[in-house]
Amino acid sequence: MPTQDKTPKARKIDLAVRGALWFGSIGSKKAKKGGQAVDVFVASGKIVSLAPSGSLDLKAAKDIDARGLVLLPSLTDVHTHLREPGQEYKESIASGLKAAAFGGFGNILCMANTKPVNDTAAVTELMLDKARESWPNGPRLFPIGALTKGLKGLELAPMAELAASGCAAFSNDGRPVESTEIFRRALEYAQDLGRIVIDHCEDPYLAPAAGMNEGEVSSRLGLPAQPDIAEAIQVARDVLLAEYLNVPIHLAHVSCEKSAALIRFAKARGVDVTAETCPHYLCLTEDETAGYSAGAKVSPPLRPRADVEAMLDALADGTIDMLATDHAPHAAHEKEVEFDQAPCGISGLDTALATTWELVRTGKLPFDAFLRAWTTAPCARFGLPVNRFLPGDPADMVLFDQDQQWVVSAETMHSKSKNTPLLGRTLRGRVQAHFLAGKSVV
Amino acid sequence: MQWKHKDLLDVSQFTEAEARHVLSTAAHFREINSRPVKKVPTLKGRSVVLFFAEPSTRTKTSFDMAGKRLSADTFSLAKSGSSLVKGETLKDTALTLQAMNPDGIVIRHGSSGAAQFLAERLECSVINAGDGRHAHPTQALLDALTLSRRWHGDFSGKTVLILGDIAHSRVARSNVLLLTLLGANVRLCAPRTLLPPRLDTWPVTVFGDLAKAAQGADAVMCLRLQLERQQAGLLPDLREYARTFGLSARHLLDAAPGCCVLHPGPINRGVEIDSDLADSAESRILEQVENGVAVRMALLFLYLTRKSPDAAAPGMPE
Repeated sequence: MPTQDKTPKARKIDLAVRGALWFGSIGSKKAKKGGQAVDVFVASGKIVSLAPSGSLDLKAAKDIDARGLVLLPSLTDVHTHLREPGQEYKESIASGLKAAAFGGFGNILCMANTKPVNDTAAVTELMLDKARESWPNGPRLFPIGALTKGLKGLELAPMAELAASGCAAFSNDGRPVESTEIFRRALEYAQDLGRIVIDHCEDPYLAPAAGMNEGEVSSRLGLPAQPDIAEAIQVARDVLLAEYLNVPIHLAHVSCEKSAALIRFAKARGVDVTAETCPHYLCLTEDETAGYSAGAKVSPPLRPRADVEAMLDALADGTIDMLATDHAPHAAHEKEVEFDQAPCGISGLDTALATTWELVRTGKLPFDAFLRAWTTAPCARFGLPVNRFLPGDPADMVLFDQDQQWVVSAETMHSKSKNTPLLGRTLRGRVQAHFLAGKSVV
Repeated sequence: MQWKHKDLLDVSQFTEAEARHVLSTAAHFREINSRPVKKVPTLKGRSVVLFFAEPSTRTKTSFDMAGKRLSADTFSLAKSGSSLVKGETLKDTALTLQAMNPDGIVIRHGSSGAAQFLAERLECSVINAGDGRHAHPTQALLDALTLSRRWHGDFSGKTVLILGDIAHSRVARSNVLLLTLLGANVRLCAPRTLLPPRLDTWPVTVFGDLAKAAQGADAVMCLRLQLERQQAGLLPDLREYARTFGLSARHLLDAAPGCCVLHPGPINRGVEIDSDLADSAESRILEQVENGVAVRMALLFLYLTRKSPDAAAPGMPE
C-alpha cells in the first residue's frame, strides 16, 4: 500500500486502470478468494499504487475501464527461438516480439541456435538492434549466448564478449553438450561472468531419435522413440556437477516425473538449481502423436498422463520454479511431412497464457504458483525487470479476458509459424490490453 | 458385404467379419489364379499407382500381378528416378499423384505413418504396402489366408509364435493384431534388444527362450533379421543369433502336430531359419507368395469397387 507521502495530489498520474480483477495480494494484505476489483495507477512508466477499486481518489491523464478483466503483470519467457538471423521465414525478431506482446509477455529470452549461431558479439548486437528497430517500446529482448562455439560442444564460446554485448545467460539448447568435461568447464567459466547456464537435458547417446516418447504409443505406432530417462540421466549429471562445482544451473523444459524427483533431491541438498517446464507438458500427453501428427513432435517429447500430473505437482510445490514456452516456430511445409522427418518444436507464445490460465481457472495450478512461474521466479533468476505491483516497479501489465473463447488458427496467431497441436482447438482467455512501462503495446 | 473403408492403413481398421470377408474373397481369387486364363475384366478401366519409396521386389510384383489379373492398369513409381530423390516432399508427391486421378495408390514407405499421411490428403483409395515399422496389413492378411486354409478358417485355440526382430517389424505388428482378431493366441520370441517397449500393452505372451516358445505352437512365423542390427549394437553377431534364435527342425519336435513355418521373405538362410527347414514340408513360404497375389486381388477389388454396390467378383456367389 502506498504511504501517505507517496500519493500527493500534485503527483501527475499518467494512467489509471480501474476495476480490474486481481487474484493476488495487495501489499501485506492477503489475496481475496475469487479475487477483488482493484485500481492501478501509473506515473512515468512505473507503478504508483495498486489499491482496492475506488479506495484512492486519483485523477489520471488516461483512464482505462478494466471491469471484468483479469489484471496480471506481464509474463517473462526465458526460452524462445526467434530464428533471426538466418531463418526469418519461420520467425523474425519483429514477428516474435509481436507474438510475445499479444501473448502477454514483456521479457523474452531467445536461444542461440540461429544461423549463424549467437556465439559472437556481432550476432548478439544484431539481435538487439533488430529488436530496438522493430519495436522500440515493445517486449524486451534478452539474447542467450552459445555455450560452445557453433553449439558444437567442442570449444567454449567467447562468453565474456557475449556477456558484455548483452547476453543474459548461456546455453547449448537444441544441441546438448556431449562431453561432460567440456560442460563442466563451461559451467565454471560462466560462473566467473555471473551468468547462469541453461541446459537442455537430453542424453545424446540415449536419445538418437528425439520428439517421441518411448512407451505405449510409440510401441503401437512403430516410431523410433526416446525414454524419459534420457532426460533424467542428464538432469542427474547436471545437479551433481552444480553441487560439486558450487555453481548455479538452470534446467530447460523439464518434462517427466523422474526429472522432478531428481531436482527435488538436489534442492534438498542445497544445490543452486532452478528448472522450467512448458505449457505443453502440463496440458498435453503423448496421445497427441497417435495420428502421426508432427505438430505434436517436440523435444523432449510429450509424455504419458502420469508425468503431466507430476509436472503440475512439481510446479505447484516449487520444485519446478518457472514456466517457459520453448517457442519453436517451424514453417508449415517443414512440419507437414512424415513424422520421423519433421523437425521438433511447438509454436507457443500465442497460446501459453490461455492454456496455463485454464489450469488456474480449473484449480489444477494455484494462482501464486502461476504468478511465480511466469514472473517473479524467472526475473529473479535471470536479473530481469519485474512488476510485483509495488511502487516503483515497471508498469508492465496485461488485461486478460478470461472468458473470451477463441479458436487457434493461422488468423488468430501472431507468430509467423502455426506449428501447434492446438491448431483448430478452442481456448479460453485472450489478452485485451498490454502495457509495457505504462505504454500500450496491445 | 458393402465395403465401407476408403483406405487400408492397417488391419486394426477391421472387424472380424471384415477380415474374414477379405480372406474369403481372396480364397475365391485363388481359384481364378489356378485357371489357365488368369485374367478377368473386373477392374477394366481402373488405374492403380504402385508408389514404392522403399526397395521391394516381391510385394510390388505381387500387387502388379494382382492388378493386371483384374485388368486394372498399373503404373509404377519408385523412389530412385522419381522426384522424391530430387527433394520433393511426400505432400507434393501426393498432390501430383492426385492430379492424375488414379483409382488407387499402393504405397510402400520407410516412415511409419506415411500411408496415413497420404490417405488424409488423397481422394482415391490408399493401400498400405508397408510403412516403416508400423504396419504391413497385406502381409498379415496373406499370412492369415495361409493359416486359414490349413486350419479351415478356425483360429480359436491356435497358437502362433512370431520369432525374430519384432521391434523393427511392421509384419509383426500387423500380424499380432490380425491373429488376435481372428481368435488365435500370439507368442513373441526375440532377444530383449529386438523387442519393442511396453509389450505389457500388447495382447501377447513374450518368451526369451526359443525352445520354450515353440512348445505346442501351431505355427511359427520367422521374421527377417536386417543385418544392420549388429552394427546398431542390438546383437553380437549373426552366428550367436542363429544359435539362440534361429528356427530349426529340432524346435518343431515339441510344437503342436502339423505345425507349419511361415516367413515373409526374403529369407536369410541359416540366420533366422535353418536352410533345410525352409525347404521342408512344414514350410509354407512359397504358398504365402501365392496367397499374396490372391489377397491383393481381393483388396484391390474391394477398395476399388466400394462405390459400386452391385459389383461382385466374377463367379462370386451373390
